[in-house]
Formats: sequence, structure tokens, C-alpha cells
Amino acid sequence: MRAKYVMSEVFLGLWRNISMTIAMIITMAVSLTMLGAGLLLYNQVDVIERHYQTNLEVVVYLQQDIDQATTDQINAELKESDLVAEVQYESKEEAYERFQETFEDTPDLVKSVDAEALPPAFRVKMKDIADAPELQKQFEGREGVFQVTNQREILQQVFDILGGAQRLTLIIALVQGVAALMLVANTIQVAAYSRRREVAIMKLVGAPNWFVQAPFVLEAVFAGVIGSIFAFGTLIAAKFLVIDGQFADLFKLMPPITMQAILIQLPILVGVSAVISAITAWITLRFNIKV
Amino acid sequence: MIQLEGVTKHYPRSNRPSVEDVNVFIDKGEFVFFIGPTGAGKSTMIKLLLREEVPDKGKITVGDTDVTRLRRWKVPAYRRSIGCVFQDFRLLPNRTAAENVAFALEVIGKPRSVARRVVPEVLELVGLGGKEHRYPHELSGGEQQRVAVARAFVNRPLLLLADEPTGNLDPDTSIEIMRLLDRISRTGTTILMVTHDSNIVNQMRRRVIEIENGQIVRDQARGVYG
Repeated sequence: MRAKYVMSEVFLGLWRNISMTIAMIITMAVSLTMLGAGLLLYNQVDVIERHYQTNLEVVVYLQQDIDQATTDQINAELKESDLVAEVQYESKEEAYERFQETFEDTPDLVKSVDAEALPPAFRVKMKDIADAPELQKQFEGREGVFQVTNQREILQQVFDILGGAQRLTLIIALVQGVAALMLVANTIQVAAYSRRREVAIMKLVGAPNWFVQAPFVLEAVFAGVIGSIFAFGTLIAAKFLVIDGQFADLFKLMPPITMQAILIQLPILVGVSAVISAITAWITLRFNIKV
Repeated sequence: MIQLEGVTKHYPRSNRPSVEDVNVFIDKGEFVFFIGPTGAGKSTMIKLLLREEVPDKGKITVGDTDVTRLRRWKVPAYRRSIGCVFQDFRLLPNRTAAENVAFALEVIGKPRSVARRVVPEVLELVGLGGKEHRYPHELSGGEQQRVAVARAFVNRPLLLLADEPTGNLDPDTSIEIMRLLDRISRTGTTILMVTHDSNIVNQMRRRVIEIENGQIVRDQARGVYG
């Protein structure tokens, strides 16, 4: 009986103030989409890091004209090092083969590079990739060594870009979120005003506070949940249209953003928006409906 | 039943009427008129008794409840023991007479079966038998006030507060409402009524408490408007 009354009040309230309700849902949806995107990026950085952690290497490129004795000496030193797990020698020929494989889609590039131009190298697997700079210091500038590269540094740039994008989405989420919550507060005020007769009578006859407040809080929660469902839909659409669609090639470079990672956003977004909307509505009511 | 001891309430930032060191004792089943000029503090007294306001000083006891020390979350339960009637009726326009009365039961969680049984009874009692399904705009002012009285009485409160219940009604209708309140008073309900209507006070000859500038200037059994 009471539940039915509360629900009818909720929908009546949302309907009576429909433009505000829509504005509230839209801003919430945008904010939550950004929040979801931010969380996905955060997750993605983690996935990439784990994916490459085991595969990252330090590559010690050797001079083109290095002699066998120096090569052996460097090899021995690398193998003796406490930091190193595994050392693999890659001759000029092997390097060229690998180059051809990597760029088989762009035969022009392959043709333009002379097989002789690629240096021989040691591909070093570290025990802990974090120690790479130390190894770099030891071998950089040595006789016979052309260059030491740490793949982690290259990857770091990718992380920086992802991190920047993540910060941007979270800032937008925050700004939009503040706007959404202000709209919630405003909607609640309007709703409280348009129902002031009912509220006054309810308080007069001793309706419990939760019962007086429930329709308003549920209005906000309802809008929040609808907003989060829209946000979730946007993320799904982005997965199909952007990640797997237009920019599929770009995203091939990194492990894919899985459907599972997106699905898990639904309960997060619904939960976050419902709880924050409810709290905002409740605080607004404390100022607008005095017991 | 009701005891006010040294009750003081000021509104420093507004010119709402204040109440100054009021001491009153009202017994169970009494019918008391609060009279006095506009702005004397009569309605403030009602607000204090309803616990819409908390006094700055002093103690208010209603029944066994120390209203001044009542916790916020206990206020709704306290208000269920009080019925309230106002000059402007305060009915819900989109609900029938019966639904308005049932609303008071509904919002405090009484099951529907109780409303079905009690609402026709109380509407009959206030003389609205047969008009249960009329909307407020289909009822006269007197009839609307009867609905309000029915709503206030449906929970059988110990105390009925009436803030100028006849203020919007013509003299004949006012007398009918007073008869109704008198009947309710005979059931043992304490009634506290704020009024400016000298005719009613003079006819009823009940206890009169006159307030001026927030202080009691007269407290007379079987008094007149003066």
C-alpha cells in the first residue's frame, strides 16, 4: 500500500518536472560515461603492464663491425650479471628476418632497408625489468656496443598517453558529476516545493521521516540509475564502433579492451550513481523539509 | 495532560511573535480557548506543542512526553498522538473526503483494512455520511473543515489543536464546527483552540487563556472573550 503510494509519487514527480528530469539524466549519463571510460583506461594500463611485463627486453645493439672476441666477451658478461635472466644473440641476418616479419604489411619500407643496415644485438630478458637502467648504464658506451634500449621506456610513452587520457576523462567526469548533482539538488527542491502540501500534511499526521523523504530520494536514484544505464550503453557502443570499428588498427597494438571489462562497469556505474544521487537528495531534503 | 513551565521562545532574526516565560497546566479532557490579538504568540504556542519549534528555555510536557527533550526521530510518533485543524483546512485537492482521511492512516502505515473500517465511521461522526467520495472543491467550507476534523480525529488523538478552525467560515457554519469539536471533547479528547471569534468564546463558556505580547494575561475558567 505504502510502497505503491511512494512509487506513484516518484513517477508523478519525475513526470511533472520532465525537462529537468531529462537534463538530470543526460548530465549524469555523460558524467558516468566519462567515469566508466576513465576506469576502463585505468584497467587497460594495468592489463598492458602485465602483458608486457614478462615480454619486455633490454636490447643491446652492437657495432656493425664488431669482432667475434668482443661479442663473446659481452655475451659472457651479460650472462654473469645478477640482473639478467636470459640472453639471446641476434645476428644481422636474424635481425633482418625479424624486421621483414614485423613490417610485412609495408613492403616498400622493407625494400628500402638494406639487409646490412641492421646491427646484431643481444636481446636480454631481465629478472626484474625495473633494473633495466642499471644494466643500461653498465653497457652503454662500451667498446663494441652501439646502443642499449630499454623497451620499458618506449612503453612508458604509451602509458603517459593513456594516463593523460584517463586524467582527462576523470576530470570531465568530475565536472559533469558536479553539474549533475546540482541538477539533482535543484530537482529535489522543485519537487519538494510542488509537493509541499502533501509533505506538510504528512508531517502533521506523524508520517515517519523516511516515508516523507522516500519519494524524493527515489526520484534522484531513479534518474541516476537511468543515467548509468545510458552511460553503460554508450561504453558498449564505443567498444563496437570505435575500438573494434574505426580505430581497430590502432587498438591492435595493445591487448584488447575486453567485453568483460566493460560489463563489469554496469554494477559499478549503477551503484556509484544511485548512492551519490541518494546522498545528494537526502542532504538537499535536510535543508528543504524541516521536521 | 499538558504542562508548560517557564517556556520562552524568541526569534531574534525575524519578527515572528515570541513567547515569554509561559506557565500553563491543562488537564485531560479540557476545552481551552487561546485568545489574543494577532502576533501575540498564540500560533507560536501551537508550533511549540507540535514540536515544529523548540523553546529556548523551559519545559513542555504533553501526556508522558517531555516534548522539549524529544529526539528528532521520535517526533513523528509523538505527532500521531495529536490531531490538528487549521483555518485553511489543508486538504489534498486531488483526493476525495474519504481518501483525505485515509491518507492520515496510510502514511503512518495502518493497513488498508483498518482504513476501510474506520474512515466511514469517522466521516459519519462529523456528519459527512454520504459525501465520502466528494472532492474538496465539491464541498462547502464547513464540510471541508469537517473532513479536516475527521482526519485529525481518525487516530483518536489525546490532544486536538485547532488554529482558528472557524476563521474562514460563516457564523452558522462556525457554530456547527464548534458543536462537532464539543462532541469530540466529550470523548475525553483535550482540545486547544486558537480563535478570534468572540461569539463562539462567549457562547461556549469554556476555559479562556488570553495572551498578549507572548505572555499570559488572563486564565479564566468558563471565561468570555472580554
